[in-house]
Amino acid sequence: MSHDKTLNKGAFGVSGTGDTSGYGGLVRSNAKPGSSERPFGSYFDEVADELERAFPEFNDAIEKVIVDRDELTLHVKAAHLFETATKLRDTETLRFEQCMGVSGAHYPEEKNRELHAIYHLLSMTHNRRIRIEVSIPDANPHLPSLVEVWAGCNWNERETFDMFGIIFDGHPALTRILMPDDWPGHPQRKDYPLGGIDVEYIGAVVPPPSDRREYQ
Amino acid sequence: MTPDPYASARETTEGTVYSVTGGDWDSVVTEIGATKEERVVVNMGPQHPSTHGVLRLILELEGETVTETRCGIGYLHTGIEKNCEYRTWTQGVTFVTRMDYLAPLFNEAAYCIGVEKLLGITNDVTERASVIRVLMMELNRISSHMVALGTGALELGALSPMIFAFRERELVLDIFEMVSGLRMNMAYIRPGGVAQDLPEHATSKIRETVKELRINFKDNAKILIGNTIWLKRTKDIGILDLAGCTTLGITGPVLRATGMPWDLRKTQPYCGYENYNFDVITADTSDVYGRFLIRMNELEQSLRIIEQACDKLDVLKGQPVMVADKKIAWPSQLALGGDGLGNSLNHIREIMGTSMESLIHHFKLVTEGFRVPAGQVYSTVESPRGELGVHLISDGGTRPYRVHFREPSFNNLQSTAAMCEGSQIADIVGAVASIDPVMGGVDR
Repeated sequence: MSHDKTLNKGAFGVSGTGDTSGYGGLVRSNAKPGSSERPFGSYFDEVADELERAFPEFNDAIEKVIVDRDELTLHVKAAHLFETATKLRDTETLRFEQCMGVSGAHYPEEKNRELHAIYHLLSMTHNRRIRIEVSIPDANPHLPSLVEVWAGCNWNERETFDMFGIIFDGHPALTRILMPDDWPGHPQRKDYPLGGIDVEYIGAVVPPPSDRREYQ
Repeated sequence: MTPDPYASARETTEGTVYSVTGGDWDSVVTEIGATKEERVVVNMGPQHPSTHGVLRLILELEGETVTETRCGIGYLHTGIEKNCEYRTWTQGVTFVTRMDYLAPLFNEAAYCIGVEKLLGITNDVTERASVIRVLMMELNRISSHMVALGTGALELGALSPMIFAFRERELVLDIFEMVSGLRMNMAYIRPGGVAQDLPEHATSKIRETVKELRINFKDNAKILIGNTIWLKRTKDIGILDLAGCTTLGITGPVLRATGMPWDLRKTQPYCGYENYNFDVITADTSDVYGRFLIRMNELEQSLRIIEQACDKLDVLKGQPVMVADKKIAWPSQLALGGDGLGNSLNHIREIMGTSMESLIHHFKLVTEGFRVPAGQVYSTVESPRGELGVHLISDGGTRPYRVHFREPSFNNLQSTAAMCEGSQIADIVGAVASIDPVMGGVDR
């Protein structure tokens, strides 16, 4: 596990003048845990080994493996997502028979990898969990649908489409699910404002949360 | 027959559309009978008394048989996940508790376990805090199951079970009020522990309530278990087998009704659940009746856990309920004042009168919040409806980068079509009630 050291300075992450008034030009850092090296520990080595054995294109399909906070994340290339998912489900020694859901994330500063789809898999047979993460460019937000692998991905993919605009190719009916059908935009993206109206309280005006002064 | 002013009909390209508002079914049936059209599309909800909340069901019928079912959801979408990104990690608790409003403590617990995992302080949470969490969650499981059973029975036409169920729920809510000050949405479990310790004599009061509940539960059991009408409405209705549950990502009582003893409290324990004696309840009928029996029997298991938790709490008296790290722990305990629950007066006196450093500390922690190292976690608890998972991403800041709830109601509701297609229209109500979806959780 290799965290960016700058994140662990001081209790409140103070650097420079320590000005938290919001006017000091403090910048939001976004350092994520880096790639992990073997041995991963726990059952993670076994999962990686078994997947490698069952899946000839393992090295091609898996971009990196991250073990962080006792959780295994496989970063899979979008082109190999369907195959990887099928192998994870069907291989007897892996048997991830349940996909607990699809979660999206938007990282606008990651060029050509702006949109992430994150799948949490559960193997009830082996009592294991892993996470699959796929990143795709905002300009071409297409991913293969996994409804054929896990039927339960149906609504989850619709939600991720609704909220992030990721298009799941092969989905039986990819429509909005939580927002109204004619809603413009994808609300969970970072460039989509939270919105809201000013609230007046005893003469003072409180702006909506997204317009308030920010502590970074 | 005189035309009903409320049952208007209009022609569309899809066929004739009738508006039915209740009590005017006869006039619609008379008109439909004249058209000789067998296939009818019925739009049930979102404001229908028996769809378990603002759930819209679009049913294709041939006679009384349902040939196709679709769910329309989103009527209760409030953007909680997005809102969390604009608040501190601690404030997030106040949001997530409002998702699944029948199981607020589970939302809080799953979220806080996730934040603690991100902070790396999972092992620093005191034992007393964990036991209080377990105690509150199990009480919440009872109150949630009571609503599931009560409204489920009500939707199938049985009124008394609902009266009994809400009587029992009131007893549990009284305990919530005693402990946290609130009956629902209490934001009681916080990152690092719980908001405040139990009041004096809480465990003895809870023990009394447990005794009362154990006697009261028999009333509903006597009415429903083995009741011929209830059996006819629930037995072999809404069947979903293990394969269906697996592929659809179904968890909770619906999965356990297939005979699969999958309960995260046993299989992947959290909050020290491995230290309690209780059984995982299963059924082998995969139908509405099986799910009903599971919920009934889980009540007793919850009572067992609550009793054990009370015993533990008596031993752990005086232990802190928040992590020792002052850079994470909320600076003050809460206290009940003349104007409601707020920061304790002693604390206000300290920060306003004696210690400038305390004031700065309080100000920083309350307005800015603590920083959480970058990374992502997925934390789970076994909520009354199944696996409640929280996916949290931190970018190292004082607020979440992304909060996603894997709501069991959301995933379980997907099985409606699998359970209902091919059955009678009257059985849909029972099948949906047995999933026990809470629309606040489905739509978030």
